[in-house]
Amino acid sequence: MSTQWRDLAWNGLWNNNPALVQLLGLCPLLAVSGTVINALGLGLATLFVLIGSNVSVSLIRHQVADHLRLPAFVMIIAAFTTCVELLMQAYAYSLYQVLGLFIPLIVTNCAILGRADGFARKNTPWVAAYDGLMMGLGFLVVLVVLGGIREVLGLGTLLDGAHLLFGEQAQGWKIRVLPEAYPGILIAILPPGAFILLGFLIAGKQALDLRQKRAAQQQVIAGAKRVRVTGDIS
Amino acid sequence: MIGRTSPHRTQERGTQNLMQWVLLAMLPGIALMTVFFGVGVLVNIGLAVTTGWLTELAICKLRKRDAAPVLTDYSGVVACTLLAVSLPPLAPFWIAITGALLTVGLAKQLFGGLGHNPFNPAMVGYAVLLISFPVAMSTTWVDSAQTPSIGQTLAAQFAGVDGYAGATPLDRYKDLADRLTQSEILNDAVFAGQLTGHWTWLALAWLAGGLVMIAKRITYWHAPVGLLLGIALPAGLFGWDSDQFVPLSLHLTAGATVFAAFFIVTDPVSGATSPRGRLAFGLGAGLLTWVIRTYGGYPDAIAFGVLLMNLCAPLLDQYTRPRIYGHDRARRGPVLEKRS
Repeated sequence: MSTQWRDLAWNGLWNNNPALVQLLGLCPLLAVSGTVINALGLGLATLFVLIGSNVSVSLIRHQVADHLRLPAFVMIIAAFTTCVELLMQAYAYSLYQVLGLFIPLIVTNCAILGRADGFARKNTPWVAAYDGLMMGLGFLVVLVVLGGIREVLGLGTLLDGAHLLFGEQAQGWKIRVLPEAYPGILIAILPPGAFILLGFLIAGKQALDLRQKRAAQQQVIAGAKRVRVTGDIS
Repeated sequence: MIGRTSPHRTQERGTQNLMQWVLLAMLPGIALMTVFFGVGVLVNIGLAVTTGWLTELAICKLRKRDAAPVLTDYSGVVACTLLAVSLPPLAPFWIAITGALLTVGLAKQLFGGLGHNPFNPAMVGYAVLLISFPVAMSTTWVDSAQTPSIGQTLAAQFAGVDGYAGATPLDRYKDLADRLTQSEILNDAVFAGQLTGHWTWLALAWLAGGLVMIAKRITYWHAPVGLLLGIALPAGLFGWDSDQFVPLSLHLTAGATVFAAFFIVTDPVSGATSPRGRLAFGLGAGLLTWVIRTYGGYPDAIAFGVLLMNLCAPLLDQYTRPRIYGHDRARRGPVLEKRS
């Protein structure tokens, strides 16, 4: 059992990360990750919807007819998205105004529907909830990292606008990473910059994976005795 | 007489030779620019070429490739020179350095080096710079009536001393056309002086270099003619009201029009390859340039026009395939894998 949980976590956070490997949900990922706080806000909202939809889909998995499952899943996701939207209007209205259209657009985030159809409808609620948590966290982490890089490059700050999410006591959280005179690379906070930087993140992940794979291969080769070779060693 | 099979070339012409000719053809334009706008032009070229060269060396090391052929084929030098010539002559020094990094690193080597880049490297560098640093990129042009001295140029580029910058005629006309009539605009300091005349001379210098390239068969006439037509047609048709629109003559002589026609849209890698494709490529780039120049927020739009058409180049090639000798007509559209 424990290896299954570990696999689920590893899948969501790294191996099958929605943003870096599946490349799902790119629209909000690229449009909203201009600053860390925007990214965090959208990441949390997506996380909530993902866990909720995964649990609900898993609960009704025996009741829904196969050919009706997609409309049902979309309805469930839309319901949770509406919940998030109303909650944000109530408790983080200024952030809601910044994120704007991208909150209702969570409905169309393929990462969520993908997990509902690909995982939750075949698994028990607890496992589905755990998977939703890990997938959501994987998405959230990439969003925040991308938001951080874009904010530093584009504005020279970190945590700008923290009060939008954490209330008035967060007014002073803003950190100036680069000096005041820094001109700001505007393209970093525009969508093309997001594409370029996401490309670098994906390249970095693949480079790490490749290095690990090569290291593992070399270990095997160093110790192994060559007995017979039939086919490729890869 | 000809003792071997085709292609029957009388002289070998590699990438290196080709790129050297392009650089030679740029010399008159660069020389005139230096005379009119000061040594800032040369400083930009020096910085960009050096940075581009070092970037290429670093990336070749990173990719564990042999760096020598890449560094000696002059393609990086040409790309960086094209970029540097497009930059404002008094741009701060880091503009040229960043631009060359983007040109060689992002637009060329990241995609796999010479021949693999889907976009024109110099224009990618220019567009990213223009979007990222709009202030530094648009306020550092020079009024050629008072060409800055070497000391003034270096002070402006390396120490950030301001005060010699002027607008480009294209930008200025568009600004003024909102509220003035043509005769009033022509009284403005930018147009009353020699600046527009100097831009015209510059255009002629690029034209001379371009004609040499066409005469030497280094490039073809299709793309340049396409671009010039693409700008001239809409500017002539819809821009007849010079009180509101930039007139045709200014479209053709000021800004980067002629330079781009012969040195940018003729890029053999990122442009279309068939003759009609090249013509369409130039036409499209020119049309887009006119639209963005007239209705957009950026002063000159060649870079955006060219980059947008780079995206269309594979499609253009699909639909403009030349007829093969001995066949009725060219096949149109995508080639399907299996045909029975």
